[in-house]
Amino acid sequence: MPKDSGIGASSKRREDVRFLTGNGKYTDDINVAGQSYAHFVRSDVAHGRINSIDVSAAEAAPGVLKVFTAADFAEVGGVPCGWCVTDRHGNPMQEPKHPVLAEGKVRHVGDPYAVVVAESLSAARDAAELIEADIEELEAVIDMKAAVADGATKVHDDLTSNLCYDWGFVEENREAVDEAIKGAHHVTTLELTNNRLVANPMEPRVAVGEYDPWKDEHTLYTTSQNPHVIRLLMGAFVLGIPEHKLRVIAPDVGGGFGTKIFHYAEEAFCTFAAKALKRPVKWTSSRSEAFISDAHGRDHVTKIELAMDEEGKFLALRTDTYANMGAYLSTFAPSVPTWLHGTLMAGNYITPLIYVNVKAVFTNTVPVDAYRGAGRPEATFQLERVVDKAAREMGIDPVELRRRNFIDKSQFPYATPVAVEYDTGDYHATMDKLLEISDRDGFEARKAESAARGKLRGFGVAHYIEACGIAPSNLVGQLGARAGLYESATVRVNATGSISVMTGSHSHGQGHETSFAQVVADMLGIDEAQVDIVHGDTARTPMGMGTYGSRSIAVGGSAMVRATEKIIAKAKKVASHLMEASESDVEFANGQFTVAGTDKSVAWGDVCLAAYVPHNYPLEDIEPGLEETAFYDPANFTYPSGGYACEVEVDPETGQVEVLAFSAADDFGNVINPMIVEGQVHGGVAQGIGQALLENCVYDENGQLLTGSYMDYAMPRAYDVPMFTVDHSCQTPCTHNPLGVKGCGEAGAIGSPPAIVNAVIDALSGHGVEHIDMPLSPQRVWAAMHGKG
Amino acid sequence: MTKVSMTVNGKAVSGEAEGRTLLVEFLREGQGLTGTHVGCDTSQCGACTVHVNGEAVKSCTMFAADAEGAEVTTIEGMANADGSLGTIQQAFQDYHGLQCGFCTPGMVMIAADLLKNNPNPTEHEIRDYLEGNICRCTGYHNIVKAIQAAAGQSVPAVAAE
Repeated sequence: MPKDSGIGASSKRREDVRFLTGNGKYTDDINVAGQSYAHFVRSDVAHGRINSIDVSAAEAAPGVLKVFTAADFAEVGGVPCGWCVTDRHGNPMQEPKHPVLAEGKVRHVGDPYAVVVAESLSAARDAAELIEADIEELEAVIDMKAAVADGATKVHDDLTSNLCYDWGFVEENREAVDEAIKGAHHVTTLELTNNRLVANPMEPRVAVGEYDPWKDEHTLYTTSQNPHVIRLLMGAFVLGIPEHKLRVIAPDVGGGFGTKIFHYAEEAFCTFAAKALKRPVKWTSSRSEAFISDAHGRDHVTKIELAMDEEGKFLALRTDTYANMGAYLSTFAPSVPTWLHGTLMAGNYITPLIYVNVKAVFTNTVPVDAYRGAGRPEATFQLERVVDKAAREMGIDPVELRRRNFIDKSQFPYATPVAVEYDTGDYHATMDKLLEISDRDGFEARKAESAARGKLRGFGVAHYIEACGIAPSNLVGQLGARAGLYESATVRVNATGSISVMTGSHSHGQGHETSFAQVVADMLGIDEAQVDIVHGDTARTPMGMGTYGSRSIAVGGSAMVRATEKIIAKAKKVASHLMEASESDVEFANGQFTVAGTDKSVAWGDVCLAAYVPHNYPLEDIEPGLEETAFYDPANFTYPSGGYACEVEVDPETGQVEVLAFSAADDFGNVINPMIVEGQVHGGVAQGIGQALLENCVYDENGQLLTGSYMDYAMPRAYDVPMFTVDHSCQTPCTHNPLGVKGCGEAGAIGSPPAIVNAVIDALSGHGVEHIDMPLSPQRVWAAMHGKG
Repeated sequence: MTKVSMTVNGKAVSGEAEGRTLLVEFLREGQGLTGTHVGCDTSQCGACTVHVNGEAVKSCTMFAADAEGAEVTTIEGMANADGSLGTIQQAFQDYHGLQCGFCTPGMVMIAADLLKNNPNPTEHEIRDYLEGNICRCTGYHNIVKAIQAAAGQSVPAVAAE
């Protein structure tokens, strides 16, 4: 019987009412009295030397307040990178400066070199046309392998080459892996790309900077997944503003998917310019601007080799990847192809020896950073593709080959050869559930029915693992993170018993205002409506690290649980005083404090009131008030896992792929709100279908972005996806956080692309097609079928 | 600048607009109706969908001046008279047809347009009608279900499939 409230209930989302009535407050809905408007002037060449910029005519134009260039930012820092990767020789990565506005050179189409601030947006745009920039176009570096060839043009003249780092993991295993591959019964090799994507949250980025000279305080409204991180990076590294003079507010945010984690130059610009001009400054990205200024995702080129014995047991795995960093290092960029990718190469399998090499490369393209899944989709895609190819080569059923190599549930906790320890899982169970809900047994009949209509039907599976609940601070510190990755919560019980929870997590579609309230209400035995979740404002919430990496409920939720436990402990002391009982005899359930073995009881509300009106109160023992804060640093990552199945039909005449069915059997551990969890899977899978079949961010050889709008970049539409079949009944709770939760935000985008490609390759099994790079457009599929791939 | 007058959500309004002022700019900046969103600049995403004289229109693709004298309805005009959620809005909440909420106003407006023209659409017809509205969060699954429910069709309860 489903619960109707608290943990495990599909409570309706309280935030929906404002969104459904037009009362959401997104950053672009915020207008500050006296605000001015910023228009960024961006490079239209991929690589060029700035000889001169003449802004005099623009500054003289009607309504213009000032035109800014790099010279105005001489006294401030560059946009920082939050992670330093050490290469396989023990040296730190090459880390170029990322100026707020381009200095000396422009390095990608969209690199801003001037900003016009004016009384209106149209005045700023009109004036921008009057800027005379002499930018001498240089050879663009676009292809990653060419970028690291001898004699290649350098993106950054002050670096030794375009190689950011050459990373080896685990470096000590390098030779052993080579030997194991040489001596193996069979080695399956696959070369593939993980296509470059643009995250495309539907709300473009916006920043509004405001400066109050009365208190010497700055406020930045911004479209961010983590306002405290922005405050730290921008305040400490770019503008030199201490935290107590800088407030960052991320109100309703219209989707993030990773690309709103990062600190962007536009945020620093608006904050800086608001003080310089003594006027609020607002910038709203257009969608076209988003394509050339939001950090992109993925963009790996990989060769993977899987060595097996006669039975198909995995012996060793070697993978070599080129990872595109773009022109500058975005906030988390160096960690994505390394620690978020190499550590996942064991997947769900026992593979004794693994070696991962990653060469991160600078190119004249937009910076590349985390996008939904971040490194884990890239790992899962190559692994689940090579396993599928291996199954065909070995003549073993793809499901059976996976099962032969699964880590068994009896083997947890399981330490992989790539430095992580999985706490729980049951991969046979999720595979069983997957085959049931996808009706694999009925596939052959359906395939025959398709064939009768001249269509090719295929069935593909993938099984994924991800490391979520990011992250143990001491561990990521050793791996190069320049920040801790704990989370915080303050639980403030008000005098009449209602509760405000201030969380460092940030909700931009995930429904925290509902699901977080369910947890606290459940713990206190009170109505969910009594609990309000406050987030997104550095002035109202304790220092927290925000939302990404499926970390909110696992880390932010755990902080909230710890704070609520402190509340209950203190409330029990108050209750014991009110009931004149020993504290050890006080029990708390369903919002009532009772004394064991007596009929004494006192209600939650009475204890709250006593704490704030302490007329009858144990003042000699405890302080008045009922407010507690907790910071939670996880002991380990969490490891959601699951099996995904896709059924496709290919039209052999056109190469068109139709996704007929998609099934997901996930193990997220315990689930707080099943409705929200399923919605997260739906959305992730749709993005995976987008990556597998539709989306591709393409530059030409000169670095011009060919897919710079929704006219060219194919976003999944309603008719591109089927109804999904999702299940999360396989639950092996996380052993190291108080809720037993694992996180669900990225799974769909991680597990789905290989399932879809495997299904298409299965459909084409009679045509000798072994691999097609994503997206599997009709043209690519048709070409592969006709040997023209 | 010229003066433009129209009826928005049943109320007569007027304001100044340049020739290039878009209807969505007039509504958001001139009238403070920020429920209508701008998600792209190529008329692809549909976040700005409103009704003009009873037809769904992408308000980023219409000049404010061209709406002179028109009857315009925005998301702010879709609730019941007593302020409670209208049928489509309620179905979107009941079936979790929204996550970040940014595309949602456009989705509600296009759904209303669909159900006016086709009160009992099939799943296929719903998906086709949503062609011009992009959602990045939901994978459309629950949007389709919400519209089916709003049409009075029997739809499995959320998280109980």
